Amino acid sequence: MSKELIRLRDLCMAFDDEPVLNNVNLYINDKEFLTLLGPSGCGKTTTLRIIGGFTTPTSGDVLFDGVRINDVPPHQRQINTVFQKYALFPHLNVFENIAFGLRMQRRADPADPTGKKKVKIPEKEIHDRVMEMLEIISLKGFENRKPDALSGGQQQRVAIARALVNRPKVLLLDEPLGALDLKLRKDMQIELKRIQQQVGITFIYVTHDQEEALTMSDTIVVMDKGSIQQIGTPEDIYNEPKNAFVADFIGESNIIDGIMVHDKCVKMYGREFPCLDSGFEENEPVDVVIRPEDIDIVPVEQGQLVGTVTNVTFKGMQYDIIVDFKGFKWLIQTTDHSPVGARIGIKIDPDGIHVMKKSAYSGMFGDYSSFSEEYDELDDASIELDEEESWDEE
Amino acid sequence: MKRSNSLLSRVFMALVFVFLYAPIVLLIIFSFNAGNSNTVWQGFSLEWYEKLFRDRLIMQSVYTTLLISLLSTIIATVAGTFAAIGFYSMRRRIRDPLMTVNNIPMMNADIVTGVSLCLFFVAFFNFWGDFAVWFNSLQGVIQLPTRLTMGFGTLLIAHVCFNIPYVILSVGPKLRQMDKNLVDAAQDLGCTWMQAFWKVIIPEIKPGIISGALTAFTMSIDDFVISYFTAGSSASTLAMTIYGMTKKRVSPEINAVSTLLFVTVLVLLAIVNIREARQERRNAHRLHA
Repeated sequence: MSKELIRLRDLCMAFDDEPVLNNVNLYINDKEFLTLLGPSGCGKTTTLRIIGGFTTPTSGDVLFDGVRINDVPPHQRQINTVFQKYALFPHLNVFENIAFGLRMQRRADPADPTGKKKVKIPEKEIHDRVMEMLEIISLKGFENRKPDALSGGQQQRVAIARALVNRPKVLLLDEPLGALDLKLRKDMQIELKRIQQQVGITFIYVTHDQEEALTMSDTIVVMDKGSIQQIGTPEDIYNEPKNAFVADFIGESNIIDGIMVHDKCVKMYGREFPCLDSGFEENEPVDVVIRPEDIDIVPVEQGQLVGTVTNVTFKGMQYDIIVDFKGFKWLIQTTDHSPVGARIGIKIDPDGIHVMKKSAYSGMFGDYSSFSEEYDELDDASIELDEEESWDEE
Repeated sequence: MKRSNSLLSRVFMALVFVFLYAPIVLLIIFSFNAGNSNTVWQGFSLEWYEKLFRDRLIMQSVYTTLLISLLSTIIATVAGTFAAIGFYSMRRRIRDPLMTVNNIPMMNADIVTGVSLCLFFVAFFNFWGDFAVWFNSLQGVIQLPTRLTMGFGTLLIAHVCFNIPYVILSVGPKLRQMDKNLVDAAQDLGCTWMQAFWKVIIPEIKPGIISGALTAFTMSIDDFVISYFTAGSSASTLAMTIYGMTKKRVSPEINAVSTLLFVTVLVLLAIVNIREARQERRNAHRLHA
C-alpha cells in the first residue's frame, strides 16, 4: 500500500515483574488504519502508550521513520492521541482546547534567515486552523462552550480535532467510542473512517469490540496475554483465523476437534468432510472452525451430522439455535425455525470449513454449552476498567 | 407521643445552643458596654474599640498574627500542594500509610504538638550553639551566632508545620477527581511536564488549593496553644496577648478584641463553607450533564 512508518521490534513490557507484553513485533504503514484488538488486559493499551511515549518499554525498540524513538518524550513525537474518556481540559472552552497544541508549538521564524529564532504560531493562523477543524468535526458555533456543556459524542469529536489540528503523522485512539451508546458508536465509526480518509494520516486504534475493528480497519492486530495472535485484513482474520482464540474472539465460531486425514479432507465425529485446507501432515490433530452462518439445515437422512435442537433464540434477522451433536453444542444461525427437541441434519460446504493447527488455546473455546452467558459477554461493550486500573500500579 | 418527643428535643436543642453561644453573645454585647463592668450594662459605646486601636501592644500582636498567618499560609500552600501531588503519584501501598501520618497532627492535641515542637527547637538550638562555636573557632571570616532563641522564626516554622496537613487534605481529593489522562494529553500536545503542571494541573486543582489556603489561614489566626509554646518571649500573637491580658486585669478591651477575632474567623469559615457547597453543586451538575 505504502511505506513503513512505525516498527515495533521485540517489544517487552512488565509492571512489577508481571509481564504485560511479550516480544511484540509489528510494522505499521503510512496512511494505514490499524486496529489493536483484544480482551482487557491483553496489552493493547500498553502498546499504544509505548508508541505515544507515555510508557517506556522494558526492552525492545520503537522506530519511527527508521529512527529509534524510545527516549523521545511525548511532546517531541509527531504523534497525537485521543484518550479514553477524551481528557478534554475542563477549564478551557472548545476553541482553546483545540488551539492548545498550536499555542504550545514553536517554529522557525520566517523573517530570520538563519532559521534559529523560534516564534509562536500567529493568532490569525491558529484561529483559521481551529475553525477548519471545527468544520471537519461539524461543531461550528460551539467554540465558546465548556466541555461539560457538550454531549459525549461532541466531546469525542473535540478530542479528535484537538489531536488532528497539530497535523500529526499518526493519530492514536484509545477506545475512543467506549463511552458512547450503540447508535452513536455506529455513526462515529463511519465518521472516524471518513476523517481518516480526509486527512490521510495513519490511525492506530485500540478496541476490544471486534465489530468496530472489522468495520473500520485496513489491518487488524489481534492480541491476547501480551502477545500478537494474528495480523491481517479484516477478511483474513474472520475467514482464516490462526488459532482458537482468534476464531472465538472475532465473530461466532464452533471449534471442533478434528483429524486432518489428508489434504482437503478432515475427519470430525468419525466422519470425513471435504474441505479446502492443505499443508498439514497426514492424520495431524487439528482445530476445525465452522462459522454458524455456514451451516445448512437439511432433513435428517441427508445430513452429514445429525443432532438435537436444545435452544432457539429469535434475533430478528435470523434464529440462533443451539444444536447438540454427541454432547458438543454448536451454534447455528438460520432463517428457518426449528423447534426445541427436533432432530435435524446439517450439511457444511467445503468452503465453510476452516482448519487450524492445534495451539495453546485448543479446547478452550468454541463449545456453546454455556451459550447464554457467553453471548452477554460479547454484547457488553462497556469501558474496560481493569486495564485502566493497572496503570495505577506503574 | 411524637409531639412531646419533638418538644423535648427542641428544648434540648435550645439548651445546647444557649450553652454554646450565650457566652459569645454576652462577650459581644459587653464589648459595646460604656462602663468598666462585665456584668452591668451601662449603655452603648465604642470606647473599648477605640482604646483597642490605640493600644500599641495589641496592635503589635495583631500585626504579628497577620504576618505569621499570611507567611505560613503561603509557605504551607506551596509545600502542601507539591506534597499532595507527590502523594497522588505514589503507589497506594506507600501512599495510604503516609496519608495517615499526615493526618496525625490534625487529630493530635495542640498541646502535644506545641510542647514537642518547643523541645525540638531547644534541642536544635543546643546543637547549633556547639556547632557555631566549633565553626567560628575554625576560621575568622564568617561568625555564626552562637545563641539562638525562639521568636518569630520558630513561630513561623510551627505554623507552617501544622498548616501543611490541611492543604494536603484539601488538594488531594481534587487531584483524585482529575482525569488522570489530562497530564498525558497536555504532554501529547507539546507540553513538557512542567508546562503541563502549570497549564493543566494547577487550573484543575485551584479550588482545592484556595480552600486549603483559607483553612490554613483560619487555623493560623486563631491558634493559641502551639504559638504559646513556640513563640518564646520576643514574639506574641493576638491570642497570646489576650491570654496575657486576662492574667493582669479583666478589661472590657478583651471583649472588643475577642469579638473582632471571632468575627474574622467566622467570616473566613463562612467563605470556606460556601466555596465547598458551590463546588459540590457544580460537581453534581457535571455528573448529570
